[in-house]
Amino acid sequence: MALKIVAACVNCWACEPLCPSQAISAAVPHFVIDAKKCTECDGDYADAQCASICPIECAIVDAAGVPLNPPGSLTNIPPERLAALG
Amino acid sequence: MATTTPIEIGKQSGCSASSCGSTADQMSHLPAHIRERVFNHPCYSEQAHHHFARMHVAVAPACNIQCNYCNRKYDCANESRPGVVSEVLHPEQAVKKVLAVAAAIPQMTVVGIAGPGDPLANPERTFATFRGIAEYAPDIKLCVSTNGLSLPQHIDELSRHNIDHVTITINTLDEEIGAEIYPWVFWNHKRVRGRAAARILIEQQQRGLEMLTERGVLVKVNSVMIPGVNDAHLKEVSRVVKSKGAFLHNVMPLIAEPEHGTYYGIMEQRSPSAQELQALQDACAGDMNMMRHCRQCRADAVGLLGEDRGAEFTLDKIEAMEFDYEEIRARRAAVQASIAAEMNKPKVQVATVSLASLRRRAAAMPPVLMAVASNGGNVVNQHFGHATEFLVYEASANGVRFVGTRRTDQYCVGSDHCDEGEDTLARTISALEGCRAVLCARIGITPWEALEAAGIKPDSDHAMEPIEEAVAALYAAMAEAGELTAAPAAGASVA
Repeated sequence: MALKIVAACVNCWACEPLCPSQAISAAVPHFVIDAKKCTECDGDYADAQCASICPIECAIVDAAGVPLNPPGSLTNIPPERLAALG
Repeated sequence: MATTTPIEIGKQSGCSASSCGSTADQMSHLPAHIRERVFNHPCYSEQAHHHFARMHVAVAPACNIQCNYCNRKYDCANESRPGVVSEVLHPEQAVKKVLAVAAAIPQMTVVGIAGPGDPLANPERTFATFRGIAEYAPDIKLCVSTNGLSLPQHIDELSRHNIDHVTITINTLDEEIGAEIYPWVFWNHKRVRGRAAARILIEQQQRGLEMLTERGVLVKVNSVMIPGVNDAHLKEVSRVVKSKGAFLHNVMPLIAEPEHGTYYGIMEQRSPSAQELQALQDACAGDMNMMRHCRQCRADAVGLLGEDRGAEFTLDKIEAMEFDYEEIRARRAAVQASIAAEMNKPKVQVATVSLASLRRRAAAMPPVLMAVASNGGNVVNQHFGHATEFLVYEASANGVRFVGTRRTDQYCVGSDHCDEGEDTLARTISALEGCRAVLCARIGITPWEALEAAGIKPDSDHAMEPIEEAVAALYAAMAEAGELTAAPAAGASVA
């Protein structure tokens, strides 16, 4: 059970200090989650802390690759409007 | 310890241009100990921004809220607006950059942390930076700009670092309006949305404001004017923050271009026009100080307000530098003392016709806006074609007052426009809409003719003169020549 940071990450540092398991570290080209340490905050918080502060949609995914913050969920920008802009 | 204010703002006898209905008035009603604290702060003092420089260090990437005018992915080297940076610094790098800039630009008096996220959402990085600067450059003023969400919990630490200038962005006091501006906040380990999110943010901002003013910290409130969302409400915001002791209110225009990728940009929320912004600032004014000279600068801007020398101080350039702190500090003190002495000199009246003599004809002298090309020093000293912004003054029978700035290249509008195009002149002229004259050091024949065709009088006769006096002199000359009665001031243009 572990979350993963993917290429959409903009390296904003918001998640790193919040992780109760110290599973997140700065890396190139983007932050990474140590799968061995990540507990998805189970036992510490109701919600995964990294995904709860991450400002970038689709930057954090679960073990199945499903984004915890899907398109449109953080900015309220309809995904089709974003797609239309290229 | 001597605490004499180096600048005796508003104490000139008689009525020099700059103490008459203008910026000095905004300062003159302040107690001496406040004037002393702001006289050389370019963001807090309209007069200071012509002479003293500032820098932002971008050490605070994380944010704890989302605003609809912000896009955390954005980075453009050519753009000036909050939240845009080219490189996020570690605290040690930031301290080194401050020392490098303080050596190269001794008129720098202030270092602020303004992002690119929220400084108080990055407390360790922010306070480590302040500690380092205070150690090596204790004469430099420190300030911080925040959304306010974490402000109450950091008040004591802010006070400990002797940070006496804090800017809080307060866009609303109403949670319904807040829910339209902020999609979420991160609070108590949860992402909170909608009105509940706005309620928390507003409560924290107001508590933070009250706690700061109780402690004697100078607070500036920034508000983003969003037409149709909070524009009608900002007068109330201004009234309330003033009653709670805020020292200055800065109403800024929304920046929202589709290519910025913000919610407002993509959803085509319009920005206010320069005239709408000025009208709201005037309506908010009352006995409150309004800030008119904000440039909404980058979170890593360096230099005088309105210029950005950030590119001269990239990490690769500063990493190898060695500094003699004592020598650099002594040089700063000398340069800044000489600027202060210069600013404090009695003003020379250069207007050939005094406004007072024209006052009897006031009915025939409508207020008009005049734009000025200046690259600092409070004088008309820039070539028209080199200006990337214009200072706009309102001249009337009552005197000259600064009303704002107009950028000619404020918004990077995509790669097609990044080069100097032939439409630059047209865009500059459209940025000057509503102005009846433009004063500059020099101007070519092509722009001269284009300005005249647009109903704007070009003028280079007042090159190198102090701005307010040059504006007053041109206004008086235009009044004498009967040029002021032909058309209304606002929106005047010749089709």
